[in-house]
Amino acid sequence: MVTVTINGQKVEVAPETTVLEAAEKIGVKIPTFCHDPRLKPHGSCRICVVEVKGGGNLPTACVTPVWEGMEVETESHDVVVARKEILDLILADHPLECLTCERAGSCTLQDLCYQYEIEETSFDGERTNYPIDESNDFYYSDQNKCIKCGKCVMVCDQLQQTNAIGFIGRGFETHVGTPFELGLEHSTCVSCGNCVSVCPVDSLGPKKKVKYRSWEVDKVRTTCSYCGVGCQMDLLVKDNRVVEVQPAEGVNNRMLCVKGKFAFDFLSHPDRLKKPLVRKNGRLQEATWDEAYDVITGKIKEIKEAHGPSVFAGLTSARVSTEDNYMMQKFMRAAIGTNSVDHCARL
Amino acid sequence: MTNSVSEVSKSDVLFVTGSNTTENHPVIGSMMKRAVQDGAKLIVADPREIELAKYADVYLQIKPGTSIALANGLMHVILEEGLEDKDFIEKRTEDFDEVKEIVKEYTPEKVAEICDVNAEDVRKAARIFGEAERAAIYYCMGITQHSTGTESVMSISNLAMMTGNIGREGTGVNPLRGQNNVQGACDMGGLPNVYPGYQPVTVPEIAKKFEDAWGVELSKEAGLTLPEMMDNALRKDLKAMYIMGENPMVSDPDTAHIKKAIENLEFLVVQDIFLTETAELADVVLPAAAFAEKDGTFVNTERRVQRIRKAINPPGEAKYDWEIFVDLMNRLGYEEKLQSAEEIMEEISKVTPQYGGIDYQRIDGNGLQWPCPTKTHEGTKFLHGEKFARGLGLFKGIHYKPSAEVTDDEYPFIMTTGRVLYQYHTRTMTGKTEGLNNLMPESFIEINPVTAEQKNISDGDMIKVASRRGEIKVKAKVTDTIAEGVVFIPFHWAEGAANILTSGAVLDPYSKIPELKVSAVAIEKA
Repeated sequence: MVTVTINGQKVEVAPETTVLEAAEKIGVKIPTFCHDPRLKPHGSCRICVVEVKGGGNLPTACVTPVWEGMEVETESHDVVVARKEILDLILADHPLECLTCERAGSCTLQDLCYQYEIEETSFDGERTNYPIDESNDFYYSDQNKCIKCGKCVMVCDQLQQTNAIGFIGRGFETHVGTPFELGLEHSTCVSCGNCVSVCPVDSLGPKKKVKYRSWEVDKVRTTCSYCGVGCQMDLLVKDNRVVEVQPAEGVNNRMLCVKGKFAFDFLSHPDRLKKPLVRKNGRLQEATWDEAYDVITGKIKEIKEAHGPSVFAGLTSARVSTEDNYMMQKFMRAAIGTNSVDHCARL
Repeated sequence: MTNSVSEVSKSDVLFVTGSNTTENHPVIGSMMKRAVQDGAKLIVADPREIELAKYADVYLQIKPGTSIALANGLMHVILEEGLEDKDFIEKRTEDFDEVKEIVKEYTPEKVAEICDVNAEDVRKAARIFGEAERAAIYYCMGITQHSTGTESVMSISNLAMMTGNIGREGTGVNPLRGQNNVQGACDMGGLPNVYPGYQPVTVPEIAKKFEDAWGVELSKEAGLTLPEMMDNALRKDLKAMYIMGENPMVSDPDTAHIKKAIENLEFLVVQDIFLTETAELADVVLPAAAFAEKDGTFVNTERRVQRIRKAINPPGEAKYDWEIFVDLMNRLGYEEKLQSAEEIMEEISKVTPQYGGIDYQRIDGNGLQWPCPTKTHEGTKFLHGEKFARGLGLFKGIHYKPSAEVTDDEYPFIMTTGRVLYQYHTRTMTGKTEGLNNLMPESFIEINPVTAEQKNISDGDMIKVASRRGEIKVKAKVTDTIAEGVVFIPFHWAEGAANILTSGAVLDPYSKIPELKVSAVAIEKA
């Protein structure tokens, strides 16, 4: 173990630890754009620079390993000047559309400009003007807002392993795009949205069916309802409606697929069943719960009296909760009296 | 799964068979590709040249229904070259000689002929698997949906045991469960022969335990499996069915047969979130809450019991599924007092040994993997660590048997079925998302270019596909990712439904799974 001093506070960490991780351990927050612990460290955005006593330059906290006796300042005068400069440079080619921007309130750039009091850029130069790529069914790519942190490209490459997007061009021309600039629709993109989930600004964003502000939604942690991987995710809820899904930490390592990330429309679909239906004169017609229950219990009693419990069978479901399954089999076994309960495990 | 999802990165060899992982378990699929990039070797055996095949060190395009022959061939080479784990076989298993004897005749040349692959590739795959320090097998319905499904699983278990690849991190026999809570449904006794926790209904002491817990006399006879229910309904021996959250009219084999069976019922209740094809045939349809509208748990493919939480209210008058059963039980004269999902889990933990230590407080963060018998138990990352559930691992010598359904002059092609990335099961949920329907709007049939040319079929043509059960029309997708003589149709759509063609007649004798992966069909331009 090595001992490091961060902002005057001593912390003991393993030798391979980075300054960023050591700071996290004692609750010191160092800002980042491009850092994601799941990715290979690359230190490209520079916003996490810190001052190390005895060092000449300002190293990036996310890739610099600690050493014994290291003394770090995370908000020194030089550090703050450097961070302000970086933000000033980013804003030199970033539209200040915060009033209408979808990410207002959950944008790392906005948060840091607030923290370091950068209202606008001091540079007056050319600005990019890319058409917005809306060709994907679920998300858009607005390269005019991109800050080139590279997280989307690295998630697509290192984690999702799809390599649909990459950096195109050099210098001022650098932007995220698809091979031969054919657009997302004609790329190998599988619409998993893992790039969208890591974008720190509004360069990659979900196409919203309902407009909402980040501060208007409640987040509810749950488990995905599609395949058996059991991905953990947060449902973003506004006015009793799920408006977005974000991946969470769990078996899925904060990854999702297209279904988990984007296919939640069924929840609020107008065709959802809202009332019991009972067949009358050959047609299914709306009924009260009491009516429906009476028909069911009446029929169960009648058939059971005539033929016994062995003529009943139930299909429980691989789609509902464990608790729902338990109650269904208990209903069949304890209340009706048959073990004929099965489900589509084989399909 | 015997092991855990995170262990994909711990294996030095992955053997993926009968699983199109990148489409059906996409998050695990990307983990597998990452493992390959980090140096793991990959063996893929599948009738379709799936995405993972491109990443494989050896890809075996086996004929559908020949997995047992392949496993026997791999074991033949492993034994011939002395790559088996003699220590593991001696200390942890029994009846090894039975397998040794049987695999003798499965030379790579013979296997190559049965499976329609190259003998050298069988040798290469066997060496990669046999030489691995940690090899894991991942499989899905391509292994199980056969008349020899259970034996196919036994044969790959033989392979894992023979090489000592079980009971350690990064190894195992790992079925990827296809539905969010198929594990939980099985765990909870959603099966006709067992109570929750796989406790047989036919064992008197166990029945007694549940009679005491539930306060009623219980049937000691195993019930009917789903295919048996349908057969009994056809014969009018089954009078009433209660179907929750299932759509057998699209998901089950031989739709015409299922429809007739369901129409024969005197009384049908369907409880679901949409008016499915099955619900349309019901006498009573009850509106249920969806996953985002209720508290509860799902159990994932690695046996992890994880929370779902209520985020929104159910629409209209829809109720929780468990709540409906509580209401009905009380109305039928069975006094049921459980009042919340959490209370139900408390009762589950009392009657289910594997769930003994599970409660909502303990699983609030990251869930728990059963077996978790006590409140201080930390859950089980991988099974069979010190010893197998039965003590010694039992080898079973298994011979290859051809599929029950065979091709002939009239039906010369093998049709296999499956899923695609952009739809899910019978589309009850995914069919409501416009973007998914744009990406994957309709059913299709994959046909090899050589076959297509012989039949004068071009990409996009409408094709008439007929089996001994029925006939459908679907669009042709001409692709060399499928072998000559084999065609593939996804089963999601009610229009151009693959299950009109499949057979429910021959079931696996152990698990009663239908032979969905092999149907003989004829194809021609419509």
